[in-house]
Amino acid sequence: MNTIPELIRTVPLQHYLVLSTCLFFIGMIGVLVRRNIIIVFMCIEIMLNAVNLLMVSVSAYRGEASGQIMVLFIMAVAAAEVSVGLAIIVMMYKNLKTTNIDLFNQLKG
Amino acid sequence: MDATLILHLILWPPLIGFLINGLFGNSIPKWAVSIIACLGPLTSFTGTVLAYKFLSGPAHDIPLYTWFIVEGSAKINFGFYIDHLAIIMLFVVTGVGSLIHAYSTGYMHDDKGYSRFMAYMNLFLFSMLLLVLGSNLVVLFAGWEGVGLCSFLLIGFWFENKEYNKAAAKAFIMNRIGDLGFLVAIFLIINKFGGIEFTSIHETLMEEGQLNDPQIALICLMLFLGVCGKSAQIPLFTWLPDAMAGPTPVSALIHAATMVTAGIYLIARMYFLFDYSPLSLNVIAITGCITALIAATIALKQNDIKKILAYSTVSQLGYMAVALGVGSYISAVFHLMTHAFFKALLFLGAGSVIHGLHGEQDISKMGGLKSKMKWTYAVMLIGTLAIVGCPPFAGFFSKDEILASVYSKNFWYFLVLAFASVFTAWYMFRLLFATFHGQFRGSEVKFEKVHESSYSMVIPLIVLALFSMFGGFAGLPELTGGEHNLYKFLVQTIAQTRFKVSHLFEYSLWGITIVALISIAYLTYRKYATSSKVVFESGNSLVSKIILNKFYLDELYLILFVNPLKKTGSWIINQFEYGVIDRLIRIPDTLIESSSIALKNLQSGKLSWYLLSTAVSILLIVLVFIYR
Repeated sequence: MNTIPELIRTVPLQHYLVLSTCLFFIGMIGVLVRRNIIIVFMCIEIMLNAVNLLMVSVSAYRGEASGQIMVLFIMAVAAAEVSVGLAIIVMMYKNLKTTNIDLFNQLKG
Repeated sequence: MDATLILHLILWPPLIGFLINGLFGNSIPKWAVSIIACLGPLTSFTGTVLAYKFLSGPAHDIPLYTWFIVEGSAKINFGFYIDHLAIIMLFVVTGVGSLIHAYSTGYMHDDKGYSRFMAYMNLFLFSMLLLVLGSNLVVLFAGWEGVGLCSFLLIGFWFENKEYNKAAAKAFIMNRIGDLGFLVAIFLIINKFGGIEFTSIHETLMEEGQLNDPQIALICLMLFLGVCGKSAQIPLFTWLPDAMAGPTPVSALIHAATMVTAGIYLIARMYFLFDYSPLSLNVIAITGCITALIAATIALKQNDIKKILAYSTVSQLGYMAVALGVGSYISAVFHLMTHAFFKALLFLGAGSVIHGLHGEQDISKMGGLKSKMKWTYAVMLIGTLAIVGCPPFAGFFSKDEILASVYSKNFWYFLVLAFASVFTAWYMFRLLFATFHGQFRGSEVKFEKVHESSYSMVIPLIVLALFSMFGGFAGLPELTGGEHNLYKFLVQTIAQTRFKVSHLFEYSLWGITIVALISIAYLTYRKYATSSKVVFESGNSLVSKIILNKFYLDELYLILFVNPLKKTGSWIINQFEYGVIDRLIRIPDTLIESSSIALKNLQSGKLSWYLLSTAVSILLIVLVFIYR
């Protein structure tokens, strides 16, 4: 068990942190900027996985398994969430014949 | 019999009648309303008779319970006091009150507010009894305000008419001015005597009262201000003629027989206080003189049958005030009593005429009604003879007594009153002849429709006519060899020496009265009954114009008081209410409104906006946590 962290440590932790932060902001900007709901949805996934990457790397560096197990759970839940989200998007498309996020303005009260 | 029991029997029945008719009047049949309404005053009347028969001794003080305590000085009882003066007043109030209630059942029967009317009348009677029976000034004041309220409600009884509402408000406001004086007097009395029970004030005065004490004079003048309001003396009398807007039974009961005499009663009740202040007695006498003369002068030129009687009432109240002013309290009460009889009679008679003519009140459009309304004519004739002081009717004795007692004190007052009584004779005969004699001055069709009133109206008239004929015998002057029973009765309460005038004066007064009456009757008959074209005053000459316009007193008050008050009021409302208070209140109002508009835009319903705001706010939260 001791060898694995050492192998991982060949790449410094900062790199992981910077990568996941970049991914997160890419995802966030995508969510805010893009108008297509499917791309927005993909960007949300990117943000999610940026966080996953962060958790995996930190937990690996500390030689602990709990963070990585947590990530597995998150991925399972995310799979379910994706299926629900995609189903919603499909239904919205069927109703509104569009995937433009600006036309989804019925969320009021 | 127990005095407390009799008190309860007298006091409460009208209140019960008011409660029943006031609360359930619309859901019970009309005949039941009539019976309940008349039962109250009748029971009170029975109680009064019992009190007269069975109560012995000079007075009965019945403190029911302690109402409230003025810290450090006075305990104020909810208490009642039955003495001889109260019994006389009770006879007038409940007796005349019962008759007028019976009359009202006929007069108001077809009015849609019938039960409301009867309820108010009962409430009035209760307040009046409270006023008469109160053992201290506070209970009296409660009744005093109660009758004022009922007067207001009943003057404005036909509230659809704006003018009537104005008249009601006028009466109420002018009475407020007087009541302020009354209230100040009560405070001063508590301050000076440490109590407001009539008996305790009397005792304190006997022990340490000083003649011409300025404090007592102030109290008396303040009380008299209250009397001016309630009993329609100058300068507060202008509300009474306007009060004729109310239904005629109201004019008879409240604005002729009972409520307006409350002021006279108050002074007679407090005579021991006024005896200590000759100054205020003089003020009362002078005010009374001016009132009697001015009101009688105005009445000469009026054409509205009820207005004539209203001014006549003011004038007669002036007589009573003069009698009080010269210290002849019992004569004032005597005239109060006889006046209640014949003025109620005259008003109800006038009501009968108005009823028969379907609402016509202008005597220039009447005439010749004698043949159509025999009973009404007969009773009006009796009433007129009584008020002008024709022997042996009631008014003769009381008026003669006032004139004689005033003569014994001050010749000038006597002269003014004599003039006023000449005017009284003139306007009353004018009223009588213009209404009942000569030719009818309306259309033929209208004359055909004239009818005599129903029995419920005529019978009270006849009873009152009998009282007006024989009521004066309660106080026969010394000259006739009879006894002044009223004086003997009242002197047990009002310790007053009897005035003395020479027999020669009495004889000549009677002689002059009779000669004057006959000549005035002849002149007015020629002027208003025989000539085919009766001329009514149109105000051509300056004097008649002034009199026709009631000496421009209303206009004067309008300029002096009403308009300045209105102007100050509207200035304050514009500058202060709208300028300051409203603006201050608008500040939080606008703040809340604008911020709510801003916040409302946050909830746009747009998905992209929600995403952006979520992201930005999370960022902000993170930043706050980092740089805290």
